[in-house]
Amino acid sequence: MMTNKQPLTQRLSWLVPTIYIVFLLLPIYWLVNMSFKETSEILSTFSLWPQNPTLRNYTVIFTDPSWYSGYINSITYVVLNTLISVTVALPAAYAFSRYRFLGDKHLFFWLLTNRMAPPAVFALPFFQLYSAFGLIDTHIAVAIAHCLFNVPLAVWILEGFMSGVPKEIDETAYIDGYSFPRFFVKIFVPLIASGIGVAAFFCFMFSWVELLIARTLTTTDAKPIAATMTRTVSASGLDWGVLAAAGVLTIIPGALVIYFVRNYIAKGFALGRV
Amino acid sequence: MDFSWMAWTLPTALFFLAIALMLVGMGVWEYVSPGGNPRVGVLRFETTRGDRLFVSLLGAAFIHLAWLGLVGANLWWALALSVIYAIAVFRYV
Amino acid sequence: MEKTWNNKAWFMVLPVLVLVAFSAVIPLMTVVNYSVQDTFGNNEFFWAGTDWFMDVLESDRFWDALTRNLIFSAIILAIEIPLGIVIALNMPKKGIGVPICLVLMALPLLIPWNVVGTIWQVFGRVDIGLLGRTLAALGINYNYVQNPIDAWVTLIVMDVWHWTSLVVLLCYAGLVSIPDAYYQAAKIDGASRWSVFRYIQLPKMKRVLLIAFLLRFMDSFMIYTEPFVVTGGGPGNSTTFLSIDLVKMAIGQFDLGPAAALSIIYFLIILLLSWIFYTVMTTSDAQG
Repeated sequence: MMTNKQPLTQRLSWLVPTIYIVFLLLPIYWLVNMSFKETSEILSTFSLWPQNPTLRNYTVIFTDPSWYSGYINSITYVVLNTLISVTVALPAAYAFSRYRFLGDKHLFFWLLTNRMAPPAVFALPFFQLYSAFGLIDTHIAVAIAHCLFNVPLAVWILEGFMSGVPKEIDETAYIDGYSFPRFFVKIFVPLIASGIGVAAFFCFMFSWVELLIARTLTTTDAKPIAATMTRTVSASGLDWGVLAAAGVLTIIPGALVIYFVRNYIAKGFALGRV
Repeated sequence: MDFSWMAWTLPTALFFLAIALMLVGMGVWEYVSPGGNPRVGVLRFETTRGDRLFVSLLGAAFIHLAWLGLVGANLWWALALSVIYAIAVFRYV
Repeated sequence: MEKTWNNKAWFMVLPVLVLVAFSAVIPLMTVVNYSVQDTFGNNEFFWAGTDWFMDVLESDRFWDALTRNLIFSAIILAIEIPLGIVIALNMPKKGIGVPICLVLMALPLLIPWNVVGTIWQVFGRVDIGLLGRTLAALGINYNYVQNPIDAWVTLIVMDVWHWTSLVVLLCYAGLVSIPDAYYQAAKIDGASRWSVFRYIQLPKMKRVLLIAFLLRFMDSFMIYTEPFVVTGGGPGNSTTFLSIDLVKMAIGQFDLGPAAALSIIYFLIILLLSWIFYTVMTTSDAQG
């Protein structure tokens, strides 16, 4: 399709995403740059790269339990949430994609409104609700609370993928003598594997980036890394270097996840279900 | 398990009971005559009776809020207005 | 696809229903209960009727925060949607550039929201931030801590930085679904760049654009963490959006009644807008 008689605007089109990506990476670069400097260097000299590169900030994080346990806590509840969300969403999405039932459309809309409800509205009663069940400061509490917006999302994404699988496949399987659970696990789930990947990706993403609810429901034992960071900003005389290093470390899990699912992302977006 | 923090009062309990009864009622109605009587009304898209109930309730909420903000605390008039609005929704939307 | 009528499907939906209702219905009922009562702690409540609602509706604080929120959402949408389209149109269609672009562009989406705030808080500082320093060196008087306009500009640039990629990825997904044959046909007809966009690309992107619009509106309307970290709602109240105000009221001042009333009004506005968008979306879906 490409010929050398293209107009100038088209030949320069690569500039647009390039400039955009530079714009995206600059603030991140600045954070990385700071994370390799001593706090005193950050405050005293202004330089585009570390003059005396140091790993001190990272050492602080990896040797202090109050720092690194934050990462373990965050990852624990995010993984729990992703597992719960996808597991309960699978049968529900199947029901929505294959059957009509009493109140189905309203149920679907009600689920979606929870994706759109501001967490700030729920933060306060959440604390009391989870206290009543003795779940405050546990990983499972955050995992269940994040289901509020992740389960509707997972149902929405999975329903989109399942609707793309022809119904004849179900019928053929039943004729061949498959029971429903066996059909679902052996035939259907492999068919929508990429959909499950996309749903899991988005559950991971939204649970990983959320802070308000996670912070409300935890005090010490399950405190997410993001909340540990805010505490440090206000208390310890602003150790900018450590703060930057902690920030850089929160970007890494996300970057890894994107790298592994990069081919599915575009597909998931193509179905228009986010 | 202690649920006193939910701070129930009689009026709010009655309110939620009414909503629950409406949902059950709609469920039974739907069970007796499935399909929800879809039609295209003044809003130019297809609505079922469930949609009409939702539009009525949401509209009623905003009517009450507007009444509180613009007129005053006497909500009985707002309620009457909401009922008229709901009838109109079920008739024309 | 023709669906079968089967009420037993309810059993498959039941786990989702229970799980979501636990976190959605009980808190919502509690908020309604709080909104009509007053409390001084200790789980002792006094009937207050509709006073809190009248207070909220009559307070400038609420209307100001709502106005700021609406203006913020409007500006965000006006920048991010066109910018996202332009970038998506210029993305490489094949080759090694595609995964590189996708991975790098998706990066801001997976950064915890308060870290996004921290990144920009640092980046914009006049003493240690690259942006703040550069602007100061250029002789521009920029200080997001003291100047409301600078604070707004910082928040808007931050949101564009954070979320434009979502619009780009959505639009890009819509664009790659267009078969090459369409472009070839347009070329044979000698169609201009503009008419290719107007009659081939835009219609294909209509659905994803609607979703991008919906998501960006909803999320910017309930924005909390990022501005809270960067400006804390200041200077003054100039960047206090509804969510920030709500958390201030409920957790900072422990004014449960007014906070609950505000929550309900906030939620009703979101419910109305969600319903309008959802209806528009599904109807345009049904029409193809």
